Amino acid sequence: MTELTELGVAQIRDGVASGDFTAVEVAEAFNANVAAANDALNAFIVATPEKAIEAAKAVDAKRAKGEAPGKMGGVPIGMKDLFATKGVQTTAASHILEGFAPEYESTVSQRLWDAGAGMLGKLNMDQFAMGSSNETSHFGDVVNPWRAAGGGNAGLAPGGSSGGSSAAVAARLCPAATGTDTGGSIRQPAAFTGITGIKPTYGRCSRWGIVAFASSLDQAGPMARDTRDCAIMLEAMAGFDPKDSTSLDMDVPAWEANLSPDMKGKRVGIPREYRMDGMDADIVKSWEDGVTWLRDAGAEIVDISLPHTKYALPAYYIIAPAEASSNLARYDGVRYGLRELPDGANLQDMYAATRSAGFGAEVKRRILIGTYVLSAGFYDAYYTQAQKVRTLISHDFRNAFAECDVILAPTAPSAAFALGDKSDDPLAMYLNDVFAVPASMAGLPAMSVPAGLNRDGLPLGLQIIGNAFDEQGVLNAGLAIEQRAGFTAKPEKWW
Amino acid sequence: MSVDTATVAKIASLARIKLSEEELAAMVPELNAILGWVEQLGEVDVSGIEPMTAVIENHLRLRADEIDADPLTGGGKRDAVLANAPAAEHGFFGVPKVIE
Amino acid sequence: MSTYRIQGATGEWEVVIGLEVHAQVVSKSKLFSGAATAFGAEPNAQVSLVDAAMPGMLPVPNRECIRQAVRTGMAIDAQINKWSRFDRKNYFYADLPQGYQISQLYHPLVGEGRIEITLDEKDPEGSTKTVGIERIHVEQDAGKLMHDQHPTMSYVDLNRSGVALMEIVSRPDMRSPAEAGAYVRKLRTILRYVGSCDGNMEEGSMRADVNVSVRRPGEPFGTRTETKNVNSVRFVMQTIEHEAQRQVDVIEDGGTVVQETRLFDPNTGTTRSMRSKEDAHDYRYFPDPDLLPLELDDDFLAECRASLPELPDAKRHRYEGDLGLTAYNAGELTAEVETAARFETLLAETAKGQGKSEKDVATQVANWILSIAPGVINALGSDADLANNTPAANAAILAMQAKGEISGGQAKEIYEIVLKTGRDPAEIADAEGLKQTSDTGAIEAAVDNVLADNPDKVEAYKGGKDKLFGFFVGQTMKAMQGKANPQVVNDLLKQKLG
Ligand SMILES: [Mg+2]
Ligand SMILES: [Zn+2]
Repeated sequence: MTELTELGVAQIRDGVASGDFTAVEVAEAFNANVAAANDALNAFIVATPEKAIEAAKAVDAKRAKGEAPGKMGGVPIGMKDLFATKGVQTTAASHILEGFAPEYESTVSQRLWDAGAGMLGKLNMDQFAMGSSNETSHFGDVVNPWRAAGGGNAGLAPGGSSGGSSAAVAARLCPAATGTDTGGSIRQPAAFTGITGIKPTYGRCSRWGIVAFASSLDQAGPMARDTRDCAIMLEAMAGFDPKDSTSLDMDVPAWEANLSPDMKGKRVGIPREYRMDGMDADIVKSWEDGVTWLRDAGAEIVDISLPHTKYALPAYYIIAPAEASSNLARYDGVRYGLRELPDGANLQDMYAATRSAGFGAEVKRRILIGTYVLSAGFYDAYYTQAQKVRTLISHDFRNAFAECDVILAPTAPSAAFALGDKSDDPLAMYLNDVFAVPASMAGLPAMSVPAGLNRDGLPLGLQIIGNAFDEQGVLNAGLAIEQRAGFTAKPEKWW
Repeated sequence: MSVDTATVAKIASLARIKLSEEELAAMVPELNAILGWVEQLGEVDVSGIEPMTAVIENHLRLRADEIDADPLTGGGKRDAVLANAPAAEHGFFGVPKVIE
Repeated sequence: MSTYRIQGATGEWEVVIGLEVHAQVVSKSKLFSGAATAFGAEPNAQVSLVDAAMPGMLPVPNRECIRQAVRTGMAIDAQINKWSRFDRKNYFYADLPQGYQISQLYHPLVGEGRIEITLDEKDPEGSTKTVGIERIHVEQDAGKLMHDQHPTMSYVDLNRSGVALMEIVSRPDMRSPAEAGAYVRKLRTILRYVGSCDGNMEEGSMRADVNVSVRRPGEPFGTRTETKNVNSVRFVMQTIEHEAQRQVDVIEDGGTVVQETRLFDPNTGTTRSMRSKEDAHDYRYFPDPDLLPLELDDDFLAECRASLPELPDAKRHRYEGDLGLTAYNAGELTAEVETAARFETLLAETAKGQGKSEKDVATQVANWILSIAPGVINALGSDADLANNTPAANAAILAMQAKGEISGGQAKEIYEIVLKTGRDPAEIADAEGLKQTSDTGAIEAAVDNVLADNPDKVEAYKGGKDKLFGFFVGQTMKAMQGKANPQVVNDLLKQKLG
């Protein structure tokens, strides 16, 4: 029998259901991997082995009684620390929420537990989901389990902000993990670690109980080792929630059952604006591979234009910080979390001291940007202009989807970079999300699938962007690529 | 538009983030680099374009006027509400005394 | 209509007043959460995770709050915006858990409307004025801070946090404290008719932000100050008086009025600058990204309109026109929605009981409701059991009086017993002998006796001393022990005295 920790979501679910092994055996195996690896990878902020076992026991008991163990029955997962988990510290990787134990469970995590999943622990991430390298966490960098060939032992970034999730899945600490994507935070780390991740249409997954970064952009999604596993987990996570005003009141499609790699009759759009000057040759090559594979799967390849691509990232860096500056105002030391009360401080001093001590540098930077662009006299020039540009970006996609069914593009402009490489240059860091942000700005489903390795032996991801509500089209194109890319590489264990 | 130290200090105060002299000095060029970069949006012709209001076509649902219909969004849970408070006394949140 | 002027050392000043009234919407649960809104609960007992702004909490709007604001807008003849949005107003304060208030700046639910005010209630037709309403928007209330419970701490109670408010913003159309007072009273009346706000100012259900500036008559507007959260009509008027005088003094002393937020002190009747709001001038409003635009359909609006009651102005005009009441009585009866309701119930019962039209009994019922009944109730004080004050009992008394079975005085006596005991009015009249006679024969005999006993006075009356008529009435009533129908007495006397 293969090692249990080599199994994915579908295999575990099916194995537990058919009695090949018990859910408790699975949970124990992953608990052991978490315990063994966490000092080196720092993927988990908090491990909750007892929660994983408890959920597994419940699944085994159900099976013993002949009841269905659920869509995710017996699958232990990692939970990004942005999701509120009742009674378990939830910090968004910030100091300001250190010790915060919510009295509630997020809708998405609750759905996963209801579907039979168990929690291995809370995954490290960029603080308040602000970052692309997992270097902004208060709880230290997450280390990418991959290492560059001939690159010595330099630690690589696992991507961000769901870097704990990507590292943990790639390193077999969990078969799947939750992520959240505001401007690429599922797709870019998935690409950096050779795994699969999908951000669904905005509104598919409830935001209730997820620490907010930028409300109009935040979406939860699964990160796993392949397309099928993502489809299964997304089915468990998605669904209408009356507690979220932006939740989509639509049935959850049977994404797994309708998976098909057959692309006959499908048109795949290649956006010419994504071909940028000085693009990494390996990225260009993998994009061309993707075209070849999809054509091989029966798709027609069409050239499309997304004229406002260039402006998506700057518009994002107005809208996201603006929303964040307001969303993060609640961290004030009054009702939960950190309180800094210097001698003689009044209320407003307490706020300033608490927020200064509790937020990391990148969070402060974005709050200041957001505060500035909303402030008197600047609102129209920055915020209103950015929202108009966002409308244009959305129109670009609408026009493109008149000519194609899905769009193929690279996920990120490079493979994983070294920790510390870009952390001193915020702008260089932001540019990492240049391919990921446009789909976020338009609320569209988008996915990253592993496409191969670059010259340094590091994984590269291909991105598929779909029309609103067409997760199925995205997953199917992902599956077509996955089957042809034959990506079986995994990081060599050094931890 | 570029920001000077005084402006950044004002913004930081508005955002209730206390910055040391060094932090402030470091923040000024960083913010200017970011603001300079986002200002390329000014070159986009947006005439006749409405700012985005809903990213995905959807309408605002209104809920029925019921008390505690869903325990997750209802009241009557003072202990839960106060459970994580740094200073809670006699059922209240405590803050440094405010003079109005 | 106002010629209110402040006499400064350098001449006359005119006061310009605009009011932003925050009215708590009548709803069971809060604007964006399911927590209860009832007044007087234990601290933080009516707080949801949403109201406490826990991480990841989201707002979902309450239909009833939107409906009540729309109905209010319709009641002031305002533009209802079928497309509106919620915005965030960002500032830091201990009573504001989210760090922002969800409000509506750019696209309010209700646009331009108007309210007609009456300055002199004794003369409702005499002096009216239309005050423009700029907008009504819906927003969240803040929590409450208590400063006197602990030596070094303030205590925060979030029970009010998230309760729905309507902010009703007037144009700067008022020119005197009296006009502002009349405006607040009228607004309160309308809200209570509509049922969208209980108007209970002591419990904070209605508070006014009072914007005051002064100017030389005819000159452009001066700089205004905003005095926050003034919670009675009297305090609104005091605020204006004090603030206008203060501004005149500042200007006449060579200073300039600073645009600022002030606080009214009810103990001294003065205002002072509000320290806590000093740097809150940049609220960084932007559309709340947790909420989509609010779009109302025609069915929703039609239901709002259909559910509106007859409003005070329409009612007042109907009372005057159709029922023939005096302007004063019509105004008094319609000022409180409960008074009008009591009047209409009793009017219907009385008309039915007497087989007359409502118009024929309207004045009798109006006088009863406005002066006779309250007089008896007040005199009884705590001896009156208002549960006995049923429309049926009131109507029965009025019917006996109309039929001449009892006198006005007897009506009051019977009413008193009804209030104390709940006994049946007719039974009281019988048992207590509280009846007057209309027996013409008995009365005629008494009249004849009186005239026979006073030949000299009869002579004098016939000689032109008209005033003696009252003497004959009095003597006849005395002879009848007060139980004669005065109308019959009058008629007989007139007949016999020629
Ligand atoms: Mg105001
Ligand atoms: Zn207001």
